[in-house]
Amino acid sequence: MLKGLTDKLQGIFWKLRGKARLTEEDVDRALREIRLSLLEADVNLRVAKDFLERVRERAIGEEVLKSFTPAQQVIKIVYEELVKLLGGQHEPLKFSHTPPTIIMLMGLQGTGKTTTAGKVGLWLKRRGHRVLLLACDVRRPAAVEQLVQVGRQAELDVFEMGIREKPERIAEHGIKHAKDKGYGVVIADTGGRLHTDEEMMQELRRVKEALNPNEALLVVDAMMGQDAVNAARQFDSEVGVTGFILSKVDSDARGGAVLSIRAVTGKPVKFIGTGERLTDLDVFHPDRMAERILGMGDIRTLLERAEEALSQEEARKLAQMEKRMREGKFNLQDMLEQLQRLKATGPFDQLLKLLPGFSGLRQLPFAIDERRLKQFEAIILSMTPEERLNPDIIDGSRKRRIARGSGTTVQEVNMLLKQFKMMREMLKRLSKAKLSDEDLLRMLGVGR
Amino acid sequence: MRLFRGMLNKLKQLFRRERISEELFLELEETLVLADVGIHTAEKLVSRLKEAVRKGNCRTGDEAIELLKRTLVELLNAGGRNLNFGPIPPTVWLIIGVNGTGKTTTIAKLAWRLKREGRKPLLVAADTFRAAAIEQLKLLGERVGAPVIAHAIGADAAAVAYDGVEAAKARGYDVVLIDTAGRMHTRYNLLQELQKIWRVVGRSLGRPPDETLLVIDASTGQNAIAQAATFSSAIPVTGIILTKLDGTAKGGVVVAIKDQTQIPIKLVGVGESLDAIENFDPKEFVEGLFEEVTDSG
Repeated sequence: MLKGLTDKLQGIFWKLRGKARLTEEDVDRALREIRLSLLEADVNLRVAKDFLERVRERAIGEEVLKSFTPAQQVIKIVYEELVKLLGGQHEPLKFSHTPPTIIMLMGLQGTGKTTTAGKVGLWLKRRGHRVLLLACDVRRPAAVEQLVQVGRQAELDVFEMGIREKPERIAEHGIKHAKDKGYGVVIADTGGRLHTDEEMMQELRRVKEALNPNEALLVVDAMMGQDAVNAARQFDSEVGVTGFILSKVDSDARGGAVLSIRAVTGKPVKFIGTGERLTDLDVFHPDRMAERILGMGDIRTLLERAEEALSQEEARKLAQMEKRMREGKFNLQDMLEQLQRLKATGPFDQLLKLLPGFSGLRQLPFAIDERRLKQFEAIILSMTPEERLNPDIIDGSRKRRIARGSGTTVQEVNMLLKQFKMMREMLKRLSKAKLSDEDLLRMLGVGR
Repeated sequence: MRLFRGMLNKLKQLFRRERISEELFLELEETLVLADVGIHTAEKLVSRLKEAVRKGNCRTGDEAIELLKRTLVELLNAGGRNLNFGPIPPTVWLIIGVNGTGKTTTIAKLAWRLKREGRKPLLVAADTFRAAAIEQLKLLGERVGAPVIAHAIGADAAAVAYDGVEAAKARGYDVVLIDTAGRMHTRYNLLQELQKIWRVVGRSLGRPPDETLLVIDASTGQNAIAQAATFSSAIPVTGIILTKLDGTAKGGVVVAIKDQTQIPIKLVGVGESLDAIENFDPKEFVEGLFEEVTDSG
């Protein structure tokens, strides 16, 4: 997530960190680097310029607090301005006083509206709402079919009238249906369109009139470039937007669009889509996003996510494990749980990045080797509980038994133990020093 | 877009100026950045321009911008832009890219164009992952009048691709267009799957696929460079199709891709209708990069 930007900024601040005091030149050099990073991350040129101007003014004008080093001061200013740029406060979804609450999704083609409809639906369902998905995309071949499939996956009802009806008619019927059947929330999927297509924008206005939505959310692809602001502005002025959902944040896109659209439209980002599964949706928090961009880690989001995917009991264990990691008491049982969590919660690297200290890592090559993971899991599963908690007791004969039990060789068991020890050692150092990518990959022993 | 228009007007004024100033270079760099060329490539191009100016190759602002445009056209022109047909039919084109770029739509357009050229295209639904991708291709195939080879959702993509090529051989279709999955999350699997498709098709064909075309959405920013690099690391990409160029996005990132990977841009998608696909025209494209954004207020 915004990985490139995070790393760059960390690199810049790392260099400043050693300085006893900052000159105007230092600030300017840092700002030049930040400009490069922002532009590389596809932050809109105008937005980047304004941002840097504000940071510069404050960085040079502000009095240095005693408790801060000048570098810390710059980081603090950048952080505060980032939070501001991202909207300051989290803005929750607006619900209607009289149900159903109507949420309309719109956007360019290929931004992931239909999948997002399923994600938001599932998110609301898990919070106790009765959700109806409404298929108003009659243009793209098989879009209705796709929404039906998404609905089936999320176990949500779908209202559709095929593709022969006008979308505004479908909207009317769908709302009536929702009222009759007592649905709490309606999520309308609309056809993707270019913001320059006048005819299609008119259609969208008609659909919006028919829906009279509480939220009209524009789905924006995190990979979008400089044009994101044009599209966002155009949708807002032509149809009216109440907020945004940033999709495909899980790609290696740097996601500068998120910094830009809020700044130019003044409308909040409500959710971010972080993966291809229907559960991969996070509420957008400006402060957390800014923390993440600056590599401060985000335990809160991690725990929230863990709580959803795992039981509370497991979330507690996760927190404990984190503590053990820092204290160098990490054991093989922890490692096993990490490996298993990979399947349950989603990619390890995604979770890892939310932990402080790990955000410095540039990139896991796309490739945590899945076969290796399975093998590691099998090996640990073939150990006794005692062996898992206290790996040092594993001698030659135990190794042979473990290898037989897991269908591996003694060499492979040795390799796992070596990886484990390396991992434990590095985790112990984690709170003191910054890890390099190589450290981390070696530590995981599953990079390719 | 008042802000940009203001800036671009200023830019125009600058170009009309006789003398070349430092400000002109900065404005040129910003124009390129706004077109998604990317700051690195923009800086590189502008510093080369500065060098040319220093050597006295151009004296006015207008000459400088013409030189910059020429440089860009030359860069984009290098290497062939023609689509490659195989020595023995069937010709096989593999269409790849991340999700949402318009792969399936592009395949329909290509099939339509091939039919009008008197060829017999066959479509292959090797995106067995996305909900309704197979249905989408089938519907488009019907519209175009080209048969579609498909298995069920979740089927082995390489097996579908293999069947497609074999079917084309048996039934005398001369161009096979293979649609592939665009998911990016499990990239490792995706790339492995692509490699397998590429290998299996090669085995059936006795040569590699005749084109492996990467579809890139013109609104994509610098991430497109990573897309090109990632796909190229798995299989040889022979060309780029730039889609959705009919909006306000300039698609300038392909300049950076060409500069860094030498992969030629071969086609552009310019609308939703079936004939909205054109051969890439570097000159027109470069002019577009420098055009101001005028719609939207």
